[in-house]
Amino acid sequence: MAKVLMKGNEAIGEAAIRSGCLNYFAYPITPQSEVAEYLAKRMPEVGGMFLQGESEVAVGYMLFGASACGERVFTTSSSPGISLMSEAISYIAAAQCPVVFVNIMRGGPGLGGILPSQADYSQSVKGGGHGDYKLLVMAPASVQEAVEMVTEAFVLAEKYRNPVMILGDGLIGQMMEPVEFPEKVAAKPSDKSEWATTGMDTRKSDKRNLVKTLFLDPEELNRHNLMLKEKYKKMEAEEVRYSTYNTDGDYKAVIASYGTMSRVCKTAIDMLKKEGIEVCMIRPQTLFPFPEVAIRKAVEKKSCKLAISIEMNMGQMVEDIQRSVSGIVPVKWYGKCGGEIPTPEETAEAVKKYLNNEE
Amino acid sequence: MQSEVMFAGFGGQGILLSGKILAQTAMDQGFEVAWVPSYGPEMRGGTAYCTVVISDEPIGSPIIKNPAHLVAMNRPSLEKFAGIVKPKGVILINASLIPIRSGRDDIDELIVQTTEIASEIGNIRAANIVALASFIARSRIVDFDIFRECVKKEFSKKPKLIPLNMKAVDKGKLAANFDV
Repeated sequence: MAKVLMKGNEAIGEAAIRSGCLNYFAYPITPQSEVAEYLAKRMPEVGGMFLQGESEVAVGYMLFGASACGERVFTTSSSPGISLMSEAISYIAAAQCPVVFVNIMRGGPGLGGILPSQADYSQSVKGGGHGDYKLLVMAPASVQEAVEMVTEAFVLAEKYRNPVMILGDGLIGQMMEPVEFPEKVAAKPSDKSEWATTGMDTRKSDKRNLVKTLFLDPEELNRHNLMLKEKYKKMEAEEVRYSTYNTDGDYKAVIASYGTMSRVCKTAIDMLKKEGIEVCMIRPQTLFPFPEVAIRKAVEKKSCKLAISIEMNMGQMVEDIQRSVSGIVPVKWYGKCGGEIPTPEETAEAVKKYLNNEE
Repeated sequence: MQSEVMFAGFGGQGILLSGKILAQTAMDQGFEVAWVPSYGPEMRGGTAYCTVVISDEPIGSPIIKNPAHLVAMNRPSLEKFAGIVKPKGVILINASLIPIRSGRDDIDELIVQTTEIASEIGNIRAANIVALASFIARSRIVDFDIFRECVKKEFSKKPKLIPLNMKAVDKGKLAANFDV
């Protein structure tokens, strides 16, 4: 298919349809309302359905219900909306329902602002809702990558029977870039007959499927948690995704950055190179599971003095980098909150300052 | 090679659309592009601006501190952004609404009476296309014929607007060759 120029939000909606998802529940919120606007028009054209919930709380449980019935479902929202859905996300994770969430992040906390932010890193990676659960979290850095991650998210959600979160910043939703969609449905629906409540008539065995999150027997609940833990360990072993930039030379620092911010870092790295300063980047494409090993290996290079987390928040990824580098190098942070995206010039300057202090 | 164009003006002047048509033209010509809007809590009549990044290789940062060119459709935009344009860039000034000049001698200042020209051809709402055509003709940032096709494509759902916009394209191009 030829390339088309599309806004990230619209491309995400189209990608879901092309991934065979015909159920979209959502509640509008800036900066991702264009997804709902686009799918309100597009879903009926392909025999799909968009239902606007009365709130994000309701949307969360619409997703839970439809997914428990074996339907492929997804939603999009932005930071405060995801907070409202977080109770349902915990239930969905507990019940092991494969739901895809897209969070086009805006500045927080509270109502915050409507401009790009990455301040929901901890919410997505460390929890958000109650209980021991993990989301598989993906962070696109371009409109094309967002489209590809939507398809992959449906595959992974069904493979692990686990909710997947696509964590994009406001700019990923608002920016227009050329995109190419896959010709055919790239995410084949999985067999859900073993667990989903699809009705007895389509089922081979006469076993009753039950989707639940209540385990009053402590031993049973402990076993349930251990089983979930095994699942998360398997994700850590098999689903880490990242890309690298400028890792060949004798770099002095490793930048870890994701989403739009990683693109700013890429340009900053090119600028520093012109001044004779070598810096590399590891860009996590999955935030959970985290590319721990790649970051540790990168800082093990003799020339490397520093690791720097560069994000549009107050340093939420720092502790994951510290865990990864286990004391080999110090871990610093640079970033901005509130919607202003650091320019490549500012980013390069911040990296230089840290390097000068090290020497 | 990478180039960046900033479009700025009032909400309702067709700023975002101008940027989109330029991005589409560049994409059709085979370039990598990124169209980055401002989407603050704006209102009709408030400020609107967007940046289009055009490159022959994958685009790194879509956030640009100093654009190569500026299309300023109102006075606050010129006052705010004239200083950040890179030397040798084109600054288009919509003289219909802007009585001042950029105050820079290291850029190519292009002064166009966009509203008067649009009004001559029959509809002042085509002022943004006049400005865009003029800018493209002067900066040669993209191929003018591909641009003309993109304008047609943009209005394909409202075909009766095509002749008007084709006139806007031609008049805009003409205006690029005259300094008022």
